[in-house]
Amino acid sequence: MIYIGLAGIYLLGIFFLGIFMPESAYEVNYAEKLIPPCADHLFGTDFMGRDMLMRSVKGLSVSMVIALLAAGVSSVLALAFGVAAAVFGGKLDAIVNWCVDLFMGIPHLVLLILISFMLGRGAKGVTAAVALTHWPELTRVVRSEVLSVRSSQYVRAAYKMGKSHLRVAWEHVIPHVLPVYLVGVILLFPHAIMHEASITFLGFGLPAEKPAVGVILSESMKYIAMGKWWLMLFPGLMLLLAVMLFDVIGENLKKLWNPDSGNE
Amino acid sequence: MTRLKYMGKTVLRLLTLLIAVSILSFLLLEASPVDPLTAYIGTDSTLSEEAKEEIIRHWGLKEPPVTRFLKWAGNFVCGDWGESITYKKPVKTVIAERLKYSLALMLAAWLFSGILGYAFGMLAAVRQGKLTDKVIKTFSLTLQSAPVFWIGLLFLSFFAVRLGWFPIGLATPMGKTAEEVTVFDRIYHMILPAVTLSVLGTGKTALYTRQKFIEILNKEFILYARARGESTGQIIWRHGIRNTLMPAVTVQFASFSELFGGIALAESVFSYPGIGSALTAAGLGGDVPLLLGIAVCSAVFVFAGNLAANLLYLVLEPRAGSFV
Repeated sequence: MIYIGLAGIYLLGIFFLGIFMPESAYEVNYAEKLIPPCADHLFGTDFMGRDMLMRSVKGLSVSMVIALLAAGVSSVLALAFGVAAAVFGGKLDAIVNWCVDLFMGIPHLVLLILISFMLGRGAKGVTAAVALTHWPELTRVVRSEVLSVRSSQYVRAAYKMGKSHLRVAWEHVIPHVLPVYLVGVILLFPHAIMHEASITFLGFGLPAEKPAVGVILSESMKYIAMGKWWLMLFPGLMLLLAVMLFDVIGENLKKLWNPDSGNE
Repeated sequence: MTRLKYMGKTVLRLLTLLIAVSILSFLLLEASPVDPLTAYIGTDSTLSEEAKEEIIRHWGLKEPPVTRFLKWAGNFVCGDWGESITYKKPVKTVIAERLKYSLALMLAAWLFSGILGYAFGMLAAVRQGKLTDKVIKTFSLTLQSAPVFWIGLLFLSFFAVRLGWFPIGLATPMGKTAEEVTVFDRIYHMILPAVTLSVLGTGKTALYTRQKFIEILNKEFILYARARGESTGQIIWRHGIRNTLMPAVTVQFASFSELFGGIALAESVFSYPGIGSALTAAGLGGDVPLLLGIAVCSAVFVFAGNLAANLLYLVLEPRAGSFV
């Protein structure tokens, strides 16, 4: 519980700090360019004299906003597909399974690039790409979970009593599947953040003037040969930390909600 | 017979998926606002309207999408993959040239992450709860979450720039002609990208192997083996490896999709002239034929991984034939 709390506070802190950060915090200041980390600039400054700590926080919160959108869209898709496939079975199940296989048949990054290309790159492209490609794994989880509930006695009894598919889904299946589903949604966050950063790094995502982690790291590439290591080290560490903390929250919630996995 | 049927069904399923993948990729690229003509001749071209019309007619850009897809698919099957706009060469040549570099890189990373991850996983499971286990577990979790491109930048900045042990990029030394480049040069340039690429897989395989082996270690036959007086080494050799190798190899094959994604990132960090950097260049340059070619290749690659995992399962798992 403590871990979840601390991780949550840290992540929420970055999220809101980034959202409410005035643009002056990472203003261009040529008088102070390429300063190594010091007391004034904990993470140093870049080639335009922008404070790297502020840029990293802002960038990470931009990533989180995109991840939030992605998690929202993907989780709704996954819940709808997974429940429908398991409850109605038959043809629909086959179609959903096939779609999942199809989306998993292309490397995720290639799919992201294709979708972002279709939407003409930029912020819109990366958001849509990340939002539309994270449902297959979760759909599988939801489907198998629903299948196991569906074959249980009380669900069969509910059908025998004449309840409709929809009512059974709402009253019996969804409450049972919800915990697994929510953990799945939280574990989707780190993936979404990472994918956003990755394709932004490659140049498909957010435009270069935005303070995104991917942009920061791809800019830092030009300065590596000059030994300006702080440009890449700290923003990357913050990204890594954020990804790991989301994982910590997800895994701990999984343990809390599922007594069986407690003794692992 | 059942085995043969299962194999046939798997192959057929994967083949239909491959066709669907190419249709999906085609549709996505079709819907793009990037005008192929502008991407080809550039925005400030002085080409006359007639010449443009000629190109449009030659490429069949005005025809309906279905006709164009069938034409493309027909050509593709016959070996004509179109002309890359970025590299001004046939797509097939570009892919073939770059695939050599990428395959070597991926194979090295794949083997490295598999062996290292498996060894780490087994070690952690044997020492479950002890310090070794905790260190390996934390390390693997970190590796698993680390962005590939950042690890690459880290290696580059530390090993190549600070220590100067490795070259900063590219696949061959600068200023040498193709004949002068030795195998040693190639391997030397491949080490950092390959290690970078293997980072993600190492963590995953280690964690997975650890979990599997712990499951096995809790089984009763292990207790019986211990009661018979088998040493830990004997248990690993007689029961551990036999029960965990197969799942680990399956997971390793299933990681082909991530491996391909990783290669785009690793290659762009190390400016390594493989298929990943071609993918990025094609996407940024609006090079539809190349993008389509690489997308299909990547799907074939993932397909091969899944197929290998399925077939290996049939061969190495004697019980499989009876229940599938």
